[in-house]
Amino acid sequence: MGSGPRQKFDNPVVEWVDSRLPLFTLMQREYGAFPVPKNFNYFWNFGAIAGVMLVTMIVTGIVLAMQYTANTHMAFDSVERIMRDVNFGWMLRYMHSNGASFFFIAVYIHIFRGMYYGSYKGPRELLWILGVVIFLLMMATAFIGYVLPWGQMSYWGATVITNLFSALPLVGEPIVTWLWGGFSIDNPTLNRFFALHYLLPFVIFAVVFLHVWALHICGSNNPEGVEPKGPQDTVSFHPYYTIKDSFGLLVFLVLYCLFVFFAPDSLGHPDNYIPANPLVTPAHIVPEWYFLPFYAILRAITFEITSFHLGGLIVLAGLAMPMGVKRFCPDYQMFAMVGAVLCVIVGGSMALMALNDTYVVFITAKLGGVLAMFGAIALWFVMPWLDTHPVRSARYRPMFRALFILLVIDFLALGYIGSQPADAMFFGLFPLSLVGLACTAYYFGFFVAILPYLSKKEVVRTLPPSIHDAVLARNKSHS
Amino acid sequence: MAKAPTADTSHHGEGDSRRDFLQLTATAFGAVGAGVVAWPFVDSMNPAKDTLALSSTEVDLTPIAVGQAITVMWRGKPVFIRHRTAAEISAAETVDLGQLIDKQTDEERVEKPEWLVLVGICTHLGCVPVGQKTGEARGDFGGWFCPCHGSHYDTSGRIRKGPAPKNLNVPPYAFLTDSRIKIG
Repeated sequence: MGSGPRQKFDNPVVEWVDSRLPLFTLMQREYGAFPVPKNFNYFWNFGAIAGVMLVTMIVTGIVLAMQYTANTHMAFDSVERIMRDVNFGWMLRYMHSNGASFFFIAVYIHIFRGMYYGSYKGPRELLWILGVVIFLLMMATAFIGYVLPWGQMSYWGATVITNLFSALPLVGEPIVTWLWGGFSIDNPTLNRFFALHYLLPFVIFAVVFLHVWALHICGSNNPEGVEPKGPQDTVSFHPYYTIKDSFGLLVFLVLYCLFVFFAPDSLGHPDNYIPANPLVTPAHIVPEWYFLPFYAILRAITFEITSFHLGGLIVLAGLAMPMGVKRFCPDYQMFAMVGAVLCVIVGGSMALMALNDTYVVFITAKLGGVLAMFGAIALWFVMPWLDTHPVRSARYRPMFRALFILLVIDFLALGYIGSQPADAMFFGLFPLSLVGLACTAYYFGFFVAILPYLSKKEVVRTLPPSIHDAVLARNKSHS
Repeated sequence: MAKAPTADTSHHGEGDSRRDFLQLTATAFGAVGAGVVAWPFVDSMNPAKDTLALSSTEVDLTPIAVGQAITVMWRGKPVFIRHRTAAEISAAETVDLGQLIDKQTDEERVEKPEWLVLVGICTHLGCVPVGQKTGEARGDFGGWFCPCHGSHYDTSGRIRKGPAPKNLNVPPYAFLTDSRIKIG
């Protein structure tokens, strides 16, 4: 950072500072003259918007922490005191609670924009991975923050989510006890959650810094997915995108304020205005809306993986063996035949024994659900290696585009299913959980099957020679 | 890193292995030291002595009529005590073990057949199942139903249907007299 040649500033004070610590040069280079593709659409606003929401959350959070008491006997009342007695306390709390929702809105749009336009592809893999890390940290922070008011949803949401870890074999129960600091969610839990809820936003801030740093090394992607080739493809960040970001931000903040001032509780749950009661579980526990798709994936897995499935897999592998050997190492066909017969016998008898109730459970339904839920996000980490198609933008990948839009619909459907009771029906016809299972299957299928398949097979539309050409062609077709 | 003096080449191999040894042992000691220092921080988050010392709970069973159930607190958790009817007991005892997800006979789960004592926490994700009060849903098997993710428990608190992997836990308890138990 900045030990290269430096332009002098006219202002003597600025110059005095800058010659000792080139902060102004850095700002000028990274946010003033920084060249950015000139074809951004409004989807490119949401990174900056998310940044503003992070700052909003930190600022409102710090003043709220000055009034909040992290003790099971006092937490609920201290929040009510903030709402009724503290000057502007109601506003600060509603800014904070709705701010979490709007932070997630911005981040979800930001993520799905990145997927649609292929922003995760080289050279931006690490930039993307840092983004997924930020998302995970946000989920942890939001979940912990929701526990602090110590209402019924706080308590039971915390119980359900921390119990996820008990699904792990052997270490599960000790981990849960360790997380709780006791034998149920109680005062030690609330206290440490408060400490972590204060810490994590600053960790997020640090990772955001790395995220932005990585962005400034490889530069922004753009709607065409074609790298800028020269000055005709870019504009300077200021004033072009400072203005465009500001406009988008203002529109976003108007929506945010509508919720804060006119519908502050519409995204929350009435149950959280009932003080936590360890003896009564609310009839219908739902996480905050931004977790619903993942919650639906968790609930979709209600079957266990047993030796029956393993046996079936072994049989299939055995049947495939002769073909594979014939193709890749034809000299060993005898061994392949023997191997195939062995596989069919061993796998088949495992499956048959399982049908007669002699089987080993490898993955319980509970562990399966937990693995699926975390796997759903873990897939994002490896997305750059699942989708190796050289073309980035969905604009030039018709198949990817259609199937990706289906993925977004699928994700929204999962969100709806996650919001419904466990035994809900689909128009009274069959259990909604079956739809949830189908949506989960598509979600995973998209990442592990569709993306690698399209990487090899998809024929793309002709890419424009440059961003400049694409913009000109677009303008011509409009006039 | 400063360059090693070139005159020393005759002892090169020996010096290298000595240096490797020192480096490895230093790293190993460093790692163990870091672990030793980290442990108090990690362990401080485990249950504290006062939490561990939480007393056991004694319950008087006399007011509980046949068919009734009560909920008491033990270690911050609800404990279900149900005075089972003869029909409930025979339902629990006659189940074919092959139908069970977590195979346990009713006998293994009770001290006295008429009294069923359970930790009232769903083994799926920790909700409190309903079915304690009359009029509440008791699921397809007449025991308890967890509304969170739809687990059904039978009249022995065994999981019969739904995502929970295990039967409702039986806490350690003992009969002090015929009508008094001590949990914990």
